[in-house]
Amino acid sequence: MAPPKIRSSSNRKAQLSVFTGYLIAGMGTLIGAALLIISLMQPQALAGLRSMATDAASSAGEAGATARTGGKSFFEAIAGYYRAGSRNAELEREMRIARVRLVEAEAIRQENARLKRTLGLRERDTQPVALARLIGSTSSSARRFAYISAGREDGVRPEMPVVSPMGLVGRVLETGARSSRVLLLTDSESMVPVRRSTDNVVAFAEGRTDGSLRLRLINLGINPIKPGDVFVTSGAGGLFRPNVAVAVAETITRDGAIARVLSNPAATDYVAVEPVWQQEARAMLRAPPAAETEAE
Amino acid sequence: MIDQINPRARRDAFGTKINRDHSRLLAYGVPWLAILLFSLTPMLPVIASAPVMPPLGYMFMLAWRLMRPGLLPMWAGLPLGAFDDLFSGQPFGGGILLFSLTLIAADFLDARFPWRSFWQDWMIASLVIAIYIGCAALVSGADLETPLLVALVPQLLLSVLAFPIIARMVSLLDRLRLLRIRRLG
Repeated sequence: MAPPKIRSSSNRKAQLSVFTGYLIAGMGTLIGAALLIISLMQPQALAGLRSMATDAASSAGEAGATARTGGKSFFEAIAGYYRAGSRNAELEREMRIARVRLVEAEAIRQENARLKRTLGLRERDTQPVALARLIGSTSSSARRFAYISAGREDGVRPEMPVVSPMGLVGRVLETGARSSRVLLLTDSESMVPVRRSTDNVVAFAEGRTDGSLRLRLINLGINPIKPGDVFVTSGAGGLFRPNVAVAVAETITRDGAIARVLSNPAATDYVAVEPVWQQEARAMLRAPPAAETEAE
Repeated sequence: MIDQINPRARRDAFGTKINRDHSRLLAYGVPWLAILLFSLTPMLPVIASAPVMPPLGYMFMLAWRLMRPGLLPMWAGLPLGAFDDLFSGQPFGGGILLFSLTLIAADFLDARFPWRSFWQDWMIASLVIAIYIGCAALVSGADLETPLLVALVPQLLLSVLAFPIIARMVSLLDRLRLLRIRRLG
């Protein structure tokens, strides 16, 4: 459609309205630019506004998440009929092996408990703060955030780790009353200290935005990582408790590896929000250095 | 003898022409509502580990602007961009800036090319969406590294392919917008 003819040279009122239009649009642009600079310098500046909006929209999102879970199991049920026989045989074989492994694991657990008692260490079970649904994610932005259906009212606080049964998902960034925003592991601002599950090869897992992680070794030298190595959280930094599965290495690079995230958030229905592992250590890290406080 | 009058003679695509008129609420509300609704796509249960979804809120605004110039006021970028920013995950303000700039650019485009075919609209939209996705990644605060730039390519292609579908949805909504439902007299 052709634009309406408002560029008349004789109509003073029309000219004025065109001018006002440009003026207001230009002012809008400037406001946007100013807000953008503020948010880039102070990412949490408008967090309250955002979490309010997310709270308002989260109930609809939660209904959608329920439908997703239902829909997925529906299709899985249909797909299940096709390979029922071979699948059954395969599962039974795996089950026999798993039973043996389970007994072994139980024995190791008891031995572990006994050794810890000897050392005087107390076993601390982390109880999740809240269970929540993954409502949605910023699927069209270059940043990787997800929304979960638990907020301040459920006891969720910023920086709490979010885990799924398959492994670490991310950490809470902003909390609303009934919903929160989670920084996913694959965001380029996310960095998790990890170690190889079999030994003490330590590394940092950085997000790469395209759904994979970059593992950077802390001790440079000969790269000991092999494809298929599983990495778990090391507990360094005090935020994430140790031994939560994070990623499995796929491609070896010069200073580490490119790894695939184990807990694919797309296949996760429920996530658990866990308390910050070492609250005291975190508080100490965030406090100003002792020298500064003495000087004041 | 007088033949019976064709019952559809006094109707058109928007309903009967007798005693009915367009509703102001529908005519001006539907575009805004559609754009706001599609800005809510991050609340859809799609948990993506890479940016794959087209920026639907922005594309709806672009499609409305290209199809019905003058329907969205020049300042519409401020409220629409702000709403999009609340959910999109971009730093607040980026949407306002890019939405406003798009509307201003579209105005200059209308002055230069007042009559356009759909193919031209598609070409313009592809170019504008490519610039938008690039600028949005630039201001998002994410590290601009090769994997991010590679990850943006599928999103860009998907957006370009999705534009005709969105334009079609906008024209359907446009018919809804212009339904004669207000009763006169």
